Parts: sequence; structure tokens; C-alpha cells
Amino acid sequence: MYAQMVQSTGQGAKSREDMSPEERAFQDRIDADQKIEPRDWMPDGYRKTLIRQIGQHAHSEIVGQLPEGNWITRAPTLERKMILLAKVQDEAGHGLYLYAAAETLGISRDELTEQLLSGRMKYSSIFNYPTLNWADIGAVGWLVDGAAIMNQVPLQRTSYGPYSRAMVRICKEESFHQRQGYDIMMKMAQGTVAQKKMAQDALNRLWYPSLMMFGPSDADSVHSAQSMAWKIKINSNDELRQKFVDQTVPQAKYLGLTIPDDNLVWNEDKGGWDYSDPDWSEFFDVLKGNGPCNTERLEARNKAWDDGAWVRDGLMAHAQKKRAAAAAE
Amino acid sequence: MAADREMLFQFLLRMGDNSLILGHRVSEWCGHAPVLEEDIALANTALDLIGQTQFWLGYAAEVQGDNKTADDLAFLRDVWDFRNILLVELPNGDFGQTLMRQFLFDAFQSILLPRLTKSSDSQIAAIAEKANKEVAYHVERSADTVVGLGDGTEESHARMQAALDRLWPYVGEMFASDDVDSAMVAAGIAPDPATLRAEYDALVGQVLTEATLSIPDSDFAHKGGRTGKTHTEHLGHLLTQMQWLQRAYPGATW
Amino acid sequence: MSKEWPLWEIFIRGQHGLSHRHVGSLHAPDAEMAIKNARDVYTRRNEGVSIWVVEANNIAASSPSAKGPLYEPSESKIYRHPTFFDIPDEVGHM
Repeated sequence: MYAQMVQSTGQGAKSREDMSPEERAFQDRIDADQKIEPRDWMPDGYRKTLIRQIGQHAHSEIVGQLPEGNWITRAPTLERKMILLAKVQDEAGHGLYLYAAAETLGISRDELTEQLLSGRMKYSSIFNYPTLNWADIGAVGWLVDGAAIMNQVPLQRTSYGPYSRAMVRICKEESFHQRQGYDIMMKMAQGTVAQKKMAQDALNRLWYPSLMMFGPSDADSVHSAQSMAWKIKINSNDELRQKFVDQTVPQAKYLGLTIPDDNLVWNEDKGGWDYSDPDWSEFFDVLKGNGPCNTERLEARNKAWDDGAWVRDGLMAHAQKKRAAAAAE
Repeated sequence: MAADREMLFQFLLRMGDNSLILGHRVSEWCGHAPVLEEDIALANTALDLIGQTQFWLGYAAEVQGDNKTADDLAFLRDVWDFRNILLVELPNGDFGQTLMRQFLFDAFQSILLPRLTKSSDSQIAAIAEKANKEVAYHVERSADTVVGLGDGTEESHARMQAALDRLWPYVGEMFASDDVDSAMVAAGIAPDPATLRAEYDALVGQVLTEATLSIPDSDFAHKGGRTGKTHTEHLGHLLTQMQWLQRAYPGATW
Repeated sequence: MSKEWPLWEIFIRGQHGLSHRHVGSLHAPDAEMAIKNARDVYTRRNEGVSIWVVEANNIAASSPSAKGPLYEPSESKIYRHPTFFDIPDEVGHM
């Protein structure tokens, strides 16, 4: 997902007996579906885990601008250019909302940015894959946003108020993203031979990276157990991945495209599709910085930040001068 | 095309190509701006400009006939058929140069568009009405940013002055009127741009003074964009990228 | 590291006749730019007709521990809530 393998306390969910009275009262509020607000008491682990998760989510939105932005200047019609621009702009907005949610936990946006730029904080593995033909823009909307929505919709109910409200806003805005992606795929799949080839090529390259977005199975993860007890993670990775596959298979069929998995078969017993796991060693390579585009993505973000320093400083200096002048009057 | 239709067509291309090429340039910033808030604001500007393009070039295509569309005009013409001013096709440079270019263009549009809302051509008046609202905000924002950066730090001041020096020779072309403009004046469609210069100088002068920047002494003006006679080398590269899919896969529907 | 732009809380009146509602936050060097940024960030889908910005530092908030005394008294005044009153169906929607 946009937040993958977020480290929690590393100790699994605390049992009630091990909790302090404050922790117990806190857990009771969460169990009663009450929202936790910034000034409420919260366990240190809750705060730290949330900063990691929301921060990673925000970074993903920001870095996620790059693979799609790669096609803004080459979009094939004026309308497609506008739709794509509006969508990538939305990602910037979503990053902004999420940073603001993290800021309520006592970390500044600049601190989070520093951690992204230095590589200390991660962003979703998916954005380290390239967009090579126009159908990739369709596939990103269809598959990547489709996978993201799977996770984001339940997160609207997350226990932390500011995070939950950011997700509500994001989900509302995001509803058009997946549809525009599928719309591109339909045009391509029904188009010329070359267009159909582009569509299949995009699906071939992005299918497994999309499955990786949910992260490896976390059935036994102590981190996930604690996060789920705190309701900052709602579903298990496998649960969401299955849901995604089940939703996507018929959509691919409608397009007349082939999902690149020979083991894809309907399983009557579970009422879902059996599918091949992605290559998890590739996933860990990408996380370690060895994906096809890790270097370019971080270079681009660092350049934007460094080149922009004089602008941020300049506008701030002007504002301070104005304030000083107003105070002197 | 009859002579007066041809003149109208040329006028519409000038309007549409300006917003298309500038919108394209601004869109190049998406994901690379100095701060998230600016990234989002620049994308809005680009979106407005490309939206305006659809109207101007849509109408141009209608005047041209032959079932042409705005997309045909945007994606299937070569450099010599483009009628945008040179200013908008120049590369972005740094953020300061981008914002200075934006301001110099917005200031012109903010003076031209209110007049076009009174055009004898009702379609032009309607397009101008919509665009004018957007441009009123664009010029406010770009002027504020130019002032903030001009007056900001020593470095931001120096960069903004350098941007102004670099771009000023491209300002004059906006006011260089010709036969197309005379035909528009005669038909009550649009004003002669030369008559807008005084108002422009007043507005730009005021903002640049507040920005503590000095307008270069020379009024030399590069020309050749709005007539299509001599574009810069940059436009060809921009079109190479923008038109690539349409050129490589002719006849496909996207 | 350069100095970060201050954080602003943004309030938007979505329609005429409604009150301003908190919609989120953003960074800006001063109030004027905060209003402009709010327009660009929070009204991308025509959400607003009026914008207020307040620097986050300037917001005074009740402390969470005071939750009891501040809010509980009103909870006993249930007559303030419309569902307190039983209106016969024949009267129609009220």
C-alpha cells in the first residue's frame, strides 16, 4: 500500500494486563470507536507509529507525482493533458493533507521532507517503477489507484481524527482517478494494434508491482497486530490483496487483456481467484533502493527542494519585512 | 478561406497558441516546484490556460472548417504555423524566470481580456468573459510572487532582476500590431494591442517598483512569434514532445 | 536548514448562509499568501465562497482534560436536541 511494512512497537499488541491505567483508558476509547484527537493523551508508540505511517503515505503521494508527471507534456489530447494534470495536482494536495495530519503529532513538514530526501523514510515501492508508454498512465490509474483505494476507504475509519479526516477528503477526491485510468485503458484496448500492444505491455509490467503495494503477508507480523489493535491499520495485507485481485480480474477480461499469471484460477471454495505471489525478493530490492527508478525519484525530489530553497527563503524574508514595517507604523 | 475569415482565424490562433504554449510550459513544473503549495497553484494556472486553449483553438478550428478540432490544431501543426508570442515559448528557467514570464503575460492578458468581453463577436466575448475571471486571479498571484521574491533576500532579488533582464526584450512583441490587428479593430472584434501599451507599462511599472526591480533601459523587442515568421529554436523541441504520440500513431483515438 | 513557512488553519464558507468550517491546513509566508494558497489548495472543486486563515500558533484550544466540565453540562440539556420532542406524525415534517 502507500504505507508498506510500517514498524510499530515491535512487540505485538499489548495485553490489557500489561497496560497502564492510561493505556487501558486509551484502548477503551479506540475499542468504542472514538476518535483520538491531537491534544489527547496517547501512548508514545501510537504517536511514533502514526508519524511513520502517515509520513510514508504522504511521501508516496509526493513521489507518486513523478511517474505520472512524466507524461503530462506528452499527453495525446488537450483533454487528456488536463485530466492528467488535475490528477497529479490532486496527489500534491493529498500529500499536503497528510503532512498536515502528521504535523498535528508534533513533527514538522520540513523534518518529514528531510527524512524522505535523505532516504531515512520510505515511500511506496510502486513509484520506483517507470511509466514507459501512454497506457501506463491508464494502468497506474486503474491498478495503482485501484489498489490504493482498497486501503484508503477503510482508513477513513482509522482511530486518529486528523488522519481519518484527511482520508475522507482524499477518498472523495480520488474517486475520479481510477475511473480516468480505466477510461484510458478502454480506449487503448479498443484502439489500434499498437495501442492494444501498449495496454498489454503496461499490464504486464505493472501487475506484480501493484500486488506488491499491499506488502508481504503480515499474518504473523507483530507490527501489524499492534497497528490493528490501535485501528491505524484496518485490514490485513492478504485480505486487501485478494480483494484487489478479485475486483481486477473481470475488469481485465472486459478489456480483453491478459493478466500475466498462468496460475490465475477461480477457487470456488474461497469464492475468489487463486493467483501467483509477486517476486518478494524484487520487492525487498526495491525497498533497499534498487528499484528501476529509486535513484531518479530521489534525485528529482532533492533537486526540487534544493532549487526551491531561495524561493521559500525569499518569500519568507519579504513577509517578515512587511510585518516589521507594519509593526513600526 | 475568405480574407476576413483568414484574419479572424489568425487572431484566434494567436490567442489559443499563447495559452497552449504557456500552459504547456507551466505544466512542466508539475511535481518539481519549490513547495507543495506552489506546485498546486502552478498546476491550477496551467489547467486554466489549457482550458482557455480548448475554447480559442476550438473556435479557430470551427472558423477553419474541414471538420478540424482544437486537438488537430494543437497536435498537428508545425512550428511555422504557430502564432504565439516568443515570450511564452522560452524555456522555464528557474522558478523566478517562470513567475516573471507569467506576470509579464498575465499583465497583458488582464488588460486585453476585459476589452474582448465587449467584442462584436459574441463567441469571443463569451470566451473572454470566462478567461478574464481566471486571469484576474493569475495576475494577482504572479504579481504578489514577483514582489515577494524581488523584495525578499539578496539572492531572490538578484535572480528576479536577472529574469526581468532576460525576458524584457520579449515584451514588445505583444504590442506589435499588424494587418490582422487592423482587421480586428475594423470589425470591432478586438482592440489594437499597440493602444494597450500605456496601461500595461503603468501596471507593470507599479508592480516592478514595489518589487524593487529596475526595468531595462532598452526597449528592443524580439519579434516573429505572433506572425509565425521566426520562432525561437525552443518551440520545435516543445512540439516534438507535445505532439509525439499524435505524430507517431496517426489516426489513433486516445 | 531554511526557516519553514508558518502553518495556517483554513476555514471555508462553502455556501452562502453557512458558517465557516475548518477544512485543513497549509503553509504560507503570510496571511495574504495563505489565503491565495487556500484558494488553490482547498477550493479546487469550487468548494468555497469565503476563506478565513488563522496562523496555527494563534489558536487557543481547550485542554483535553477539561473535556468533562466543559461539555458534560450541555449533555444534560437534551431538550436542545430536536429528537427530544415527540411530534405526532400527522403534524408532518418539522
